Amino acid sequence: MEKHYYQPEIETMPVEKIKEHQSQCLVKQVRHVWDNVPYCRKKMEDAGVRPEDIHGIEDLHKLPFVTKDDLREAYPYGLLAKPLADCVRIQSTSGTTGRRVVAFYTQHDLDLWEDCCARAIVAAGGSREDVVHVSYGYGLFTGGPGLNGGSHKVGCLTIPMSSGNTERQIQFMTDLGSTILCCTPSYAAYLGETIVEKGLKDEIKLKAGIFGAEAWTEEMRRDIEEKLGIKAYDIYGLTEISGPGVAFECEEQNGMHINEDHFIAEIIDPKTGEVLPEGEKGELVFTSITKEAFPLLRYRTKDLCVLSRKPCSCGRTHIRMRKPMGRSDDMLIIRGVNVFPSQIETVLLNAGMTPNYQIIVDRKNNTDTFDINVEMSQEMFSDNMAEVSNREKELVASLKGMLGIQAKVHLVAPKSITRSEGKAVRVIDKRKLYE
Amino acid sequence: MSVKQISVFIENKSGGLAAITDELAAEGINLRALSMADNADFGILRLIVDDVFKAGNVLKDHGHVYTITDVIAVAAEDRPGSVAKIISILAREDISLDYTYAFFQKKAGLACMIIRVADMDKAVKLLGKNGIRTLSEEELTMV
Repeated sequence: MEKHYYQPEIETMPVEKIKEHQSQCLVKQVRHVWDNVPYCRKKMEDAGVRPEDIHGIEDLHKLPFVTKDDLREAYPYGLLAKPLADCVRIQSTSGTTGRRVVAFYTQHDLDLWEDCCARAIVAAGGSREDVVHVSYGYGLFTGGPGLNGGSHKVGCLTIPMSSGNTERQIQFMTDLGSTILCCTPSYAAYLGETIVEKGLKDEIKLKAGIFGAEAWTEEMRRDIEEKLGIKAYDIYGLTEISGPGVAFECEEQNGMHINEDHFIAEIIDPKTGEVLPEGEKGELVFTSITKEAFPLLRYRTKDLCVLSRKPCSCGRTHIRMRKPMGRSDDMLIIRGVNVFPSQIETVLLNAGMTPNYQIIVDRKNNTDTFDINVEMSQEMFSDNMAEVSNREKELVASLKGMLGIQAKVHLVAPKSITRSEGKAVRVIDKRKLYE
Repeated sequence: MSVKQISVFIENKSGGLAAITDELAAEGINLRALSMADNADFGILRLIVDDVFKAGNVLKDHGHVYTITDVIAVAAEDRPGSVAKIISILAREDISLDYTYAFFQKKAGLACMIIRVADMDKAVKLLGKNGIRTLSEEELTMV
């Protein structure tokens, strides 16, 4: 099969060359931050590091981390490294937790971000012949603007749908022959379900989808691929580092290539901050080495994952990250046990059920209560109460096997759990209300 | 001989049953019999209707989860012991009931029992051998 890359010389660059490039950029970037960001300069001084100490990527570990708390403290301009007059765009995080984070971009920053998204589109089989249907939200959220820009760079016909209005989404998809869908995985699953229900699967021309901005599982991937008749590609990113496209999947669907010419990835022990060797699981840390306006050095993502330098048959040489098993932010601690919502999704899909669930955690009499609402599905239903009860018990047992603690499962009416057209609300943690 | 029963999932909250019966009524579906099995969270509404396929489509359009099952319908005379006789015929052969419910037809002077067992064929044959007639779809509609 012929290989396609958006920037072949960069994407297939020998690893040694990548490291050389990273070292050169890092030295420059540290100097740029030191000279222009007093907040970070002070942090470096406190840590006893100066730009002269950084000779290449081998010295990266000497730099102090940047955390979400730093972003909040320095809001809005404290981490800006360029005059505002040089900036052309801001984007902002969805603000589900705490204060919003605002990131700034120069034209150069937008270009490199869009290049990253363009690489993801080409890796998903995209070319100028394609019709790219972008159902990520547009606006402050990076999803829509990022993929939109990448799609333009590849030269695809771009439909800036944004999220919501499912009827219209499907109509455009059938009328305009969309071939590549970009949205959150939960919305892709919902679109797939609706398309199958309406019997329109043969009317759509989709061949691939690029899904990110949420943690999702392999089971969910298979579900989406089957319902939409496509190959589903993962994409990873975060506003703090640029947006979607920090890493993307190739046709191997076996980990996402990190765009190492722009971002250095490290895995650290989240407790001690020590850098862990390749292949070990820990917290992902990124350093932006080419961005001008908002260059973060050693930003702690709170995403838990594993990196792999193993050669990939797609020909890309950039290091791969495994799908994060969840943001450490998403992790719930219930009765002292770590629970990731994605584990529940895995159990439901393995049981042949729709991945529609909502976790409700509360605290009563100083004990955590853990309830999961699960939508009743055709597979689970029967005219016989004993059979349904048995299936419910099996589900409770599988959940307990996966999570290590007992959850109370409630079977609720189909489609009664609010569907996400942006990001899914999977968790209602009422305990936080009292803290 | 067996008849079709349609069973629907209902979440245990107020208005759940009314929503379904309203949806069926709006499409002119006539309910012949109704029974409900429930626990704390949800219920299974079992219905015998005059047009099971149409009812299925109505439920599907409204996004319900449902299933269509074969059940046995037998007519019992309106006098003491007639139901007991039917039950004991099945019990003697160790055929246990998944569930059963009954309704009374004043005009025909008959009690009609709906029975669901695991081995339907065996139960129908056994009842026939003992002179208990199972009703067809048409007969049930005319009862």
